[in-house]
Amino acid sequence: MAAASPQLIASNGDSLREAFGKALTEIAPSFPNVVVLDADIAGGTGVHHFRKAFPERFFQFGIAEQNMMAAAGGMAATGLVPIVTTFAVFCLRAVEQARLSIAYTQRNVKIVASHPGLDVGPDGGSAQALEDIAAFRAIPGMTVISPADAEDMRQATRAILEFGGPVYMRTGRSASTRVFGPEHKFEIGKGQVIRQGCDVSLVACGVEVSRALDAADILAREGISARVINMATIKPIDSALLMAASRETGCIVTAEDHNIFGGLGGAVAEAIVQTAPCPIEFVGVRDVFGQSGEPQELAEHYELTGPFIAAAARRALARKKVNTK
Amino acid sequence: MNATTHLSQLTAHLAPQSALIETLSVRARDIRRIALAAIYHAGSGHPGGSLSCAELLAALYGAELGLEAGQPLKADRNRFVLSKGHAAPALYAAWAAFGLMEPGVALTLRKLGSKAQGHPHVLDCSLAETSTGSLGQGFSAAIGMAMGLRHRKLDARVYAMLGDGELQEGEVWEGAMCAAHHRLSNLCAIVDYNKLQSDDRNAAIMGLEPLPQKWRAFGWHAIEIQGHDIAAILASFAEARATAPGPTVIIAHTTKGKGVAYMEDQPLWHGSVKLSREQIETALTALATNDQTVKELLDGSR
Repeated sequence: MAAASPQLIASNGDSLREAFGKALTEIAPSFPNVVVLDADIAGGTGVHHFRKAFPERFFQFGIAEQNMMAAAGGMAATGLVPIVTTFAVFCLRAVEQARLSIAYTQRNVKIVASHPGLDVGPDGGSAQALEDIAAFRAIPGMTVISPADAEDMRQATRAILEFGGPVYMRTGRSASTRVFGPEHKFEIGKGQVIRQGCDVSLVACGVEVSRALDAADILAREGISARVINMATIKPIDSALLMAASRETGCIVTAEDHNIFGGLGGAVAEAIVQTAPCPIEFVGVRDVFGQSGEPQELAEHYELTGPFIAAAARRALARKKVNTK
Repeated sequence: MNATTHLSQLTAHLAPQSALIETLSVRARDIRRIALAAIYHAGSGHPGGSLSCAELLAALYGAELGLEAGQPLKADRNRFVLSKGHAAPALYAAWAAFGLMEPGVALTLRKLGSKAQGHPHVLDCSLAETSTGSLGQGFSAAIGMAMGLRHRKLDARVYAMLGDGELQEGEVWEGAMCAAHHRLSNLCAIVDYNKLQSDDRNAAIMGLEPLPQKWRAFGWHAIEIQGHDIAAILASFAEARATAPGPTVIIAHTTKGKGVAYMEDQPLWHGSVKLSREQIETALTALATNDQTVKELLDGSR
């Protein structure tokens, strides 16, 4: 297995929204039918870079996400490839438009959502979408992606444009922690083992991937060997990689900046119970809303950081030992 | 000038159109018959709002859109979106009346595996242009089509028909603002203003008036017509085509259940009432040209 960079490069990089906006602008000349739809929030979603470079391919919809989402389906019907951009919480506002006018009609529309999860920070609970992965994952035919860092995002941006079909992709507000080097290879539907291990598998997406690597460091000091998997594609989930993780490590911890219900954890559990059942522990926001605070403070308060993932790994290991007695 | 002279002068330019109007009038009756028969066979569906838009659909598919039966859909075709998707029986009936769908398919409305789904689905019928049935969305999709066609420099027009109750959806007014802001001259909205919605009269549920003023305040050119008057419908389409820059809305005053005496202007016939054999025979006989047509629609091989 071609493992990507195993060590965490502990420097902050571009936020995922910046990485998306820059990558999109860079590759846009190769995708002449791609247009960007915005709801008065281009500076927040990163597509201000695109607007500056390609003003004629940038469509302003004002603060009216339902119309924007359904109009994107109509634009796609004329042969364009619309990228709908807004905050994740406002994508939730237009889920039904995404369902009917994009997914039911199988339109080639990309919904790119910035400001997901507690990572939003000080704007508080009203702005922190903790339900978006669950909502979009439940829509037939919708691919759901949450890249881990700027390099993952850069490659994912090209991949979703090369892919024909509706996609929901999360970016992120805060400066991201670098996980991958340029040798990384993003592929829709494939997870990557980014750290080898045999005692427990830590399966994470988005900002939780670097925290899972932190957890693996903590566990290593205790003599526990943790495998870390970047599961950027939540739907369709990489069942083969999960099955191998279950069989080879015997227990799994999932970690996501999302409600523990219906997101990555749910997707992993659904896949595992049908292939190779094993104990699974879920790290995520435990069915409550967020609040104001800095992203790191919130991650600690809601128990999403490395030490909490490590604690979940110990619980999973304990359950595995009971099962194997 | 006496009244007679005046009238003949006014209508003189319509003379070449009189044959067309007669044909479209017959097609509107065909649409009503096929739609009602389909609803009868389905055991459910929305007769009231299907009957109110029959002339509008006849004028669109018989004249304005310029689609030809048996031809593949071209990128620069004019498009029609039935945003009030619950009038699907009338849409399928219109396609059948103009040779764009096999009549037998229209009569499989709402059956398992049918291309005539309860609400129009573009994956089953590409002429539907998008899938509708959730009010407000077809209008937004039509706006996206108009923007996309203009961006791609394709000279084609987009028409969207909305129900009056549909105008209570906030998304419609998001779209109205958007279409005017982007000066979408290639977009024409048609409101089937039959004054009734699912449970009661618009005025009792959530009043819409003053309706033309609302659209004008949003930056639209608004035309009010009698929506069963085919000459007026054709004239309003011509006016919409000549209007720039910006979108036009045709507010078509119609009668819900039009053409079937016991359904006309009765909220009961919005949907959900199952037609009895006696009721459908009465309706089809009133709309039919001969008894054979009624028999074929009700008992013929499908």
